[in-house]
Amino acid sequence: MKKNEIKTKDFSRRNFIKKSALITGGALSIPLSVDAMANVNNEKKLKIGVVGCGGRGAGATVQALKADPNTELVAMGDAFMDRVDSTLGSVKKAMENYNSSSLKRIKVKDSNKFAGFDAYKNVIDKVDVVILATPPGFRPYHFEYAVNAGKHVFMEKPLAVDVPGIHKVMEMARVADEKKLNVVVGLQRHYQNKYIDLKSKIDRGDIGRIVSGQVYWNSPGVWVRKRVSGQSEMEYQMRNWYYFNWLCGDHILEQHIHNIDVANWFIGEYPISAQGMGGRQVRNGLDHGEIYDHHFVEYTYPSGAVVASQCRHQKGTMRRVDEYFQGTKGSIITGKAEIKNVNGDLAYKYKGKGLNEPDPYQFEHDKLFSSIRNNEVISDTENGAKSTLTAIMGRMATYSGKIITLEDALKSKQQIMPESVSWSDQPPTIPDSNGRYPIPTPGVTKIY
Amino acid sequence: MKIRYLITLFIFNINFTISQDSFDSYDQKINGTDYSFKMVPVTGGLFQMGSLKNEVGRFIDEGPVKNVEVSSFWIGAYEVTWELYELFVQRSIDDIENNSKSNEISIDIDAVSGATTPYTDMTFGMGLDGFPAICMTQLAASKFCEWLSAITGNYYRLPTEAEWEYACRAGTKTKFSFGDDVNLLDEYAWFSKNSGEKYQKVGTKKPNSWGIYDMHGNVSEWTLDQYVPSAYYNRKDNSKDPYELAVKEYPRVVRGGSWSDNPNKLRSSARTASNSKWKKRDPQIPKSLWWHTDAPFVGFRIVRPKELPIEEERKKYWINPS
Repeated sequence: MKKNEIKTKDFSRRNFIKKSALITGGALSIPLSVDAMANVNNEKKLKIGVVGCGGRGAGATVQALKADPNTELVAMGDAFMDRVDSTLGSVKKAMENYNSSSLKRIKVKDSNKFAGFDAYKNVIDKVDVVILATPPGFRPYHFEYAVNAGKHVFMEKPLAVDVPGIHKVMEMARVADEKKLNVVVGLQRHYQNKYIDLKSKIDRGDIGRIVSGQVYWNSPGVWVRKRVSGQSEMEYQMRNWYYFNWLCGDHILEQHIHNIDVANWFIGEYPISAQGMGGRQVRNGLDHGEIYDHHFVEYTYPSGAVVASQCRHQKGTMRRVDEYFQGTKGSIITGKAEIKNVNGDLAYKYKGKGLNEPDPYQFEHDKLFSSIRNNEVISDTENGAKSTLTAIMGRMATYSGKIITLEDALKSKQQIMPESVSWSDQPPTIPDSNGRYPIPTPGVTKIY
Repeated sequence: MKIRYLITLFIFNINFTISQDSFDSYDQKINGTDYSFKMVPVTGGLFQMGSLKNEVGRFIDEGPVKNVEVSSFWIGAYEVTWELYELFVQRSIDDIENNSKSNEISIDIDAVSGATTPYTDMTFGMGLDGFPAICMTQLAASKFCEWLSAITGNYYRLPTEAEWEYACRAGTKTKFSFGDDVNLLDEYAWFSKNSGEKYQKVGTKKPNSWGIYDMHGNVSEWTLDQYVPSAYYNRKDNSKDPYELAVKEYPRVVRGGSWSDNPNKLRSSARTASNSKWKKRDPQIPKSLWWHTDAPFVGFRIVRPKELPIEEERKKYWINPS
């Protein structure tokens, strides 16, 4: 094991609480004192760039521009120039609708629009704050470059698709902390008042010690981009990235991480083992790549708590995106924002302000920029990496059908995302003569 | 030649008579599925649209009361449910051969744009089978009508505000279709006090006297109209089939109130304006044309005019992106 690799003791409860205090400290809405306001450094114009021009990259860009009036969008990058152009157009339109004078803050010269696998370097070089919103496979490499360049970061979840990627992100988290860089991760439930409030009730002891939980992302599934004639295999996979593990990591990572992360956050620990089952029974067409359409994982925590995690992409089946927890003194359902006592009576409900409730996607950017202005540090990376690892352990368990311990997982050298990618490369997975990709098979697929 | 003409005329008359007689309720089947939904006839007429100043709980945009004439139409007995709406979202039955299609209209189904698949669960855990579809934009609800028309061969669209209120009132002038007594509301509607903070299965409360369910409560329902607070003030008395053509994305009108509303928002004349906050937590740019992430209280029902409008008119009643 290399010196800088993380170990199981880094996942201890003590470590969680120490780091999560920092994390929630960043997320809690504490009004700035007069003294703090005096320190606010608004003078400097902050240059923003975005790497990954999908709908979410565009959304995060607009949120960043809205978060701080003394910002400019100066550089954009994506694998594809058509995505850069369409995102620039939609960002302009959104900012014009927000406030016509803010259109002036979009200053992306043609020479600062970058396409290709190295676009991220060019974007990061030109900015103070970078938004990383490509498919997650690229995240460790992009984050590494941004931190080495001393840039503040907003990055979307998950933070890697394999364990070597997790080690890299954890290593760079330490470097980012040393450099006092702000890093906000798009696990936006940490920036949502309902979740912050419910977490404070758990910490106050309202439901006692959590002994079990059920977390869900069951839905009909997401978009599919069909193969277009003339596309290379690499271009096809990059366009239809959700269905390829080296880019997406499967939906247990890409989507269900939100709910798994809430379990880790509310319990205050990370799981030490995972076992489960899964497969692809319904969504198994030629345009559905190699990922599963369902996973069911049982996570065991150091305290003995057990969380059942289920995620499913199947049409016409029960839908639920939610988190339930049972404690020694009561239970909690985050969807309803309700706490019940052990007798099942309603003990507490978070009311919120309905349509006037703050938007967590905006709030995470408001916090990022106010932290930069106040010379504070938000450090979401470590939790983001650890929750990503929890989801990877779940995927390892469903693909292999074996028990996956945290210790075993951390030793994994299985790198599904290549170190570098170019248009002339063959992707890490390629179809057979029938257009079918190799599918992970429990009892057969080896996890190492 | 003359004989042939007479025969043609005769046949035409028979057809005409049949179509006159067939202004009854019917079940619209969806080819390729077991699903059907009920449409009930609403015979047109003159009614007083809006509420008088002395109505308790009324808002100023509900007046002044104007006489409005509405042509006959069929209306869905129930709000559109997820089973039906999902067929539009998934578009998996479009290519199934259909020999029993009506020939009222014929449109190319491939030309009807489809809603995107949402990233998250738009039922918000409130239930799927038998429950009303929610969170769709007015554009999406209208495209659904276009798709449904292509699938069935019958011309469907969203109701105008006037049609909606006429159908809701079912001949009454009172606050609710069952009178003014708010204590009876629980028998007819799902609203803030009895809904358990979620929508409920359609048709589980009493219908109005014309056999239409859930006009009050459960989910608010899209109409075609742009929301113009002074619309009635500006409108001529006795206007026929009026509506405010929607040109701006916001605000547009929903009617009937929902599971989350208090009784005064459920009144026959109450109007609610759509709002950009209904897409507040859509994290993407451009925000979805198809989904209102923050409007789990909005659904819709459909109408079919008794007399098929000419093609140009038909298209006018189908929404396109603004």
